[in-house]
Amino acid sequence: MEHLHDQLEGDEAMYRENILDHYREPHNKGRLEDATFRHQELNPSCGDTIELFVKLDGGKVADVRFDGHGCAISQAAVSMLTDHLKGMDVAALQALAKEDVFRLLGVEVGMTRLRCALLGLRTLEVGLQNHLNRNS
Amino acid sequence: MKDVLDVMKVRRDFPVIAKAEGKRFAYLDSASSSQTPVQVLEAQDAYYFNYRANVHRGMYRMSETATEHFEAVRRKVADLLRAKEDEIVFTRGATEALNIVARGLAKDLGKGDEVVMTVMEHHANLVPWQQLAREKGFSMKFIPVTKDYLLDMEAAEKMIGPATKVVAVTAASNVLGTVVPIAELAALAHAVGAKIVVDAAQAAGHVGLDVKKLDCDFLAFSGHKMLGPTGTGVLYGKKDLLEKMDPYTFGGDMIREVQWDHSTWNEVPWKFEAGTPNVGGVIGLGAAVDYVRLTGIDKIAEHEHMLAAYAIEELRKINGLRIIGPEADAPRTGVVSFEVDGMHPHDLSTILDAEGVCVRGGHHCAMPLLRELGLMDGTTRASFGLYNTKEEIDLLAAAIRKARRIFRLE
Repeated sequence: MEHLHDQLEGDEAMYRENILDHYREPHNKGRLEDATFRHQELNPSCGDTIELFVKLDGGKVADVRFDGHGCAISQAAVSMLTDHLKGMDVAALQALAKEDVFRLLGVEVGMTRLRCALLGLRTLEVGLQNHLNRNS
Repeated sequence: MKDVLDVMKVRRDFPVIAKAEGKRFAYLDSASSSQTPVQVLEAQDAYYFNYRANVHRGMYRMSETATEHFEAVRRKVADLLRAKEDEIVFTRGATEALNIVARGLAKDLGKGDEVVMTVMEHHANLVPWQQLAREKGFSMKFIPVTKDYLLDMEAAEKMIGPATKVVAVTAASNVLGTVVPIAELAALAHAVGAKIVVDAAQAAGHVGLDVKKLDCDFLAFSGHKMLGPTGTGVLYGKKDLLEKMDPYTFGGDMIREVQWDHSTWNEVPWKFEAGTPNVGGVIGLGAAVDYVRLTGIDKIAEHEHMLAAYAIEELRKINGLRIIGPEADAPRTGVVSFEVDGMHPHDLSTILDAEGVCVRGGHHCAMPLLRELGLMDGTTRASFGLYNTKEEIDLLAAAIRKARRIFRLE
């Protein structure tokens, strides 16, 4: 998989069409007042912030939204992630890893942008864990 | 317009820049950390290769040599600041220096007392005082900036009053490039019996600093932002004030006598230098001071100002770009922040990096300032040093234009 910088070097269609599309018109942007769990995370180095709302029905993700602001990588990653989550059960949610995020983005992200790319996933992980702890 | 510096000659002294000469590369992040000239590396190496010994405590000639070279730097730094040798404390950087002063001065502060800062403070100055305020109960006040990004001196005059015990301010903003009128603030502080602490991290090596003329009580700067090695810094303090202050770190070297249950302290400045210092680093810092003085602070200031003016003019030609900071003809350094509509500073910085241009994007360790300015995503910042050129600014402008095309902006 190409590195983000390989994509960028001398290539006009950089930053991948899908990343720009998701940044421009994010999927599932908004809030869910009847969410099963919600959680907010901040990327302290830059102020990227994501609040994730997940509604579970019969143990599976029935609906998901995210609110927040930040760089194209962080917002596109969480936008793509929310599409991916729909219909997943808790075990599948717990199994999600950073490689899944990279695959969705279509590029491997360098060290400086890692936290941006994984902010959405971390928000999900912490929110889900808090929810499970509360209900165990 | 002829450059006051022979910048091509200067560039040959900096290994990273020299290696990249002719390639598509521009280091425009000196506000974060400067490049290091070969003269500094050679001085540091000379210590490690030729007279590697501890300082202040050896009983053999080689350790005397190390001590002499180390203490000689204290004299050099004192000369640079127009201070006395025993008013110079070596620290790990400006951050540690500011922590030492804050902790030391806060001892006598409590409820009803006020500490006045500006809204432009770097976390290194803000956070120590903020934490001490929570601990000891004194309050904090923040002098705002005008819409032209200059310090609001009218507001300063109102805020610095009888309850003010400390005015702790930056000499130059690492985000906006704004130069703060220190001498005027010092006069306001002293008129009400307050002390003035100056964070000179962005000023040292860029503008002249005369602590006697400015009448600072304390001043801090980082070696690594002034062509020196990382892990070096200086705290200047008036001798009587340093003598009154408690040490911050305890251990060897800062003591005179140690009993089981109590100790007495060494004289100033060694009272504040516990443990073995960054000997090689400080010796390198001495070479950095030499480099700056030999090049000429006035020439450096003029060169960087010229670059800032050129950058402001060229970047303004780009659609959707807004300069965040004072105009070129206002008191400012070579730090130029900007925002580009529709592009987050992180994304812009990443694309600039792919084009060989090193800048910084984000909050620049000044989250409250950016929030105050309504810039929730931070800014993108280019910062110039004595080794930068107009061509590098052209590279920056071209890269920004390319980034906008990539993001499909008009």
